[in-house]
Amino acid sequence: MKKLLIGNEAVARGLYEGGLNVVSSYPGTPSTEITEFLSKYDDIHSEWAPNEKVAAEVAFGASLAGARSACAMKHVGLNVAADPLFTLSYTGVTGGMVICVADDPAMHSSQNEQDSRHYAIAAKVPMLEPADSDESYRFARDAFELSEKFDTPVLLRMCTRIAHSQSIVDIGERKEVPVKPFTKDPAKYIMMPAYAKKKHPIVEERTKAIAQYAENCPYNTVEMNGGEIGIITSGSCYQYVKEALGDSVSVLKLGIVNPLPVELIKNFAAQVKRVIVIEELDGIIETHCNTIGVKVEGKSLFTPIGEYSQATVKKVILGEEAKPAKADVCVPVRPPMMCAGCPHRGIYYALVKNKVTVLGDIGCYTLGAQAPLNALSSTLCMGASVSGLHGFNLVDKGNSKTACVIGDSTFMHSGVTGLINIAYNATNSTVIILDNSITGMTGHQQNPTTGYNIKGDPAAKVDLESLCRAVGINRIRVVDPYNIAECDAAIKEETAAEEPSVIISRRPCVLLKSVKPQSPVTVDPDKCRGCKKCMTLGCPAISFKNKKAVIDHTLCVGCDVCEQLCAFGAIDTNGR
Amino acid sequence: MKTVSIMIVGVGGQGTLLASKLLGRLLMGEGYDVKVSEVHGMSQRGGSVVTYVRYGDKVYSPVITAGEADYIISFEKIEAARYIDCLAENGKIIANTQEIDPMPVIIGNAEYPSDVLDVIKAAGASIDSFDALSLAEQAGSAKAVNIVLMGRLAKYMSIDKEKWIKAIETTVPEKFKEMNLRAFELGYNL
Repeated sequence: MKKLLIGNEAVARGLYEGGLNVVSSYPGTPSTEITEFLSKYDDIHSEWAPNEKVAAEVAFGASLAGARSACAMKHVGLNVAADPLFTLSYTGVTGGMVICVADDPAMHSSQNEQDSRHYAIAAKVPMLEPADSDESYRFARDAFELSEKFDTPVLLRMCTRIAHSQSIVDIGERKEVPVKPFTKDPAKYIMMPAYAKKKHPIVEERTKAIAQYAENCPYNTVEMNGGEIGIITSGSCYQYVKEALGDSVSVLKLGIVNPLPVELIKNFAAQVKRVIVIEELDGIIETHCNTIGVKVEGKSLFTPIGEYSQATVKKVILGEEAKPAKADVCVPVRPPMMCAGCPHRGIYYALVKNKVTVLGDIGCYTLGAQAPLNALSSTLCMGASVSGLHGFNLVDKGNSKTACVIGDSTFMHSGVTGLINIAYNATNSTVIILDNSITGMTGHQQNPTTGYNIKGDPAAKVDLESLCRAVGINRIRVVDPYNIAECDAAIKEETAAEEPSVIISRRPCVLLKSVKPQSPVTVDPDKCRGCKKCMTLGCPAISFKNKKAVIDHTLCVGCDVCEQLCAFGAIDTNGR
Repeated sequence: MKTVSIMIVGVGGQGTLLASKLLGRLLMGEGYDVKVSEVHGMSQRGGSVVTYVRYGDKVYSPVITAGEADYIISFEKIEAARYIDCLAENGKIIANTQEIDPMPVIIGNAEYPSDVLDVIKAAGASIDSFDALSLAEQAGSAKAVNIVLMGRLAKYMSIDKEKWIKAIETTVPEKFKEMNLRAFELGYNL
């Protein structure tokens, strides 16, 4: 049956049909939908894990027990799951195991532009890279057999343009694969030195065997179109090459991007005068070609930065550039921003008012870094706000007011370990948990603090107050971020306290269906003095027209934060 | 046939993704090869969003670059200008005249260029602009701006109106069906 699917849904369908039994993931753009779509199948177990390391280890355990398993994550998630990955390469699998990793060239929704192919090379595991939804489906489906055949986890590399592009897939039926019986096998699964030393040579041999397989596997294809130019490419770049150059060049398309074939590349190169490697991000295929003595051009022509397109290929290869229409008008930028009524806004306002140096983390609240709040001093990676604050305070020694902000899901992911460190190694740090009862930025996934599992069924709920108390924090208070005075008092007192403290800023995400908006507020133009105090909140519902503040009733949800700022009582909250 | 490229541009939260879903279904039903490319995540939070829809005998790239868009459907007034370089030589812009202030305008760091559509016209681009928000409200919900604009696009494309209606019926939730069909007609018959 033909369907129009985004790459991620195609991966989900492929894994499902390939006999997947267990999937455990942590959400991260652009990988999230893989697991969301898998959660719709009732005949497999799906779950959100607290982080990618846990997810990969759950998949490992399921494979150990004989079932086909998977996990999905964004590129930086693989950093977190790298620890199990490197040794999983040694243990291999019982049930086939697929690790889906989604890169984000151009950083549409990421903090860096790392190329996860490096992980496949470093961990010595095979990596497949599809170029459209149909390949996403087929590669995911067949990856289990590859995994079991070579006794290795398989990485499936997606990128934003493949993960979030819809194209036509001819889907099939699920293949039921019996769970293999578990047998205790210490030499295979206990990676202590005596056993691991025996495993490493096996891994090296395996890489050679897979490289041999890559010489004529169905994932690598050659299209010969004359002997002038030969392009070696993979993934989304293949589409750009075909769009820009059509059948005017010969193409070697690599579907298995680690290990890379030798003879296939040599033979292809021998048939053309000029070989050009077109790959987004790092020059990995190019380096391989250089290593095997094939002369190619690559990063000398194409940048390692950002996404490519057909225009990139046309410009570099053909020297052609479109002469686009231009309008002589200055269009203001439209950056993403926190929603009207976002509960993060009130606490940020209070932090800025108190001139607190704030270390930030990964989530919707990273948007507080932008004007007009400009509330943050750093954003590094998941959990780094908490551990970073401790380090900062070791040097700052109380000279300035400091705090960190971290969301509920990010705190579960890797914030709590930093908090344990703050308590254990004792800095007077103030950790603010922005508890909006959901994983927000990735599109509303449940997490261990929400009380619901991936299917929306009731689940055990982490009690944040008890957790913070249990790790050794004595000062814990909960504030409503819609109450500026309460936030202000908490920030003043906790940043001044001579011991570690936690402020839980608690209010559900305004976009949750369970959150009912209140009636919008209105500016009384007779009372408004045009002081623009309300506009320091950066609320998209508030604008300034004819020297007065105006509130857009289609956006305002009646959070009443702006009303608390107005010194002239000009904002009417309908009697609230 | 040559691949046809449609860009849908707007502000995160305006329902551009539903419009592209509708187009994708419709075009696949017509037997075309189709690619629809969207971006999820951070940019959706009130930011400028763009979705690419391409169809033809065989579509390779999921993205649209400079000078390639046969249609640009702009859900908001200035977004049309932001992506004007993508418009093909004989391309058409269908623009909602609704204004949504971006943050730099809200906080007074930039001016909203209200004359933007006139500037685009002066540059020689073919543009069909109208107040899709009012029509959507007339249909029953401000959220139906996306379907009003699809109704307008249907006027220019050579696909039977009945097929559009069928695609809408299978794409929108049952309880909003009638309202969306009204929105489609209002855009189509403008």
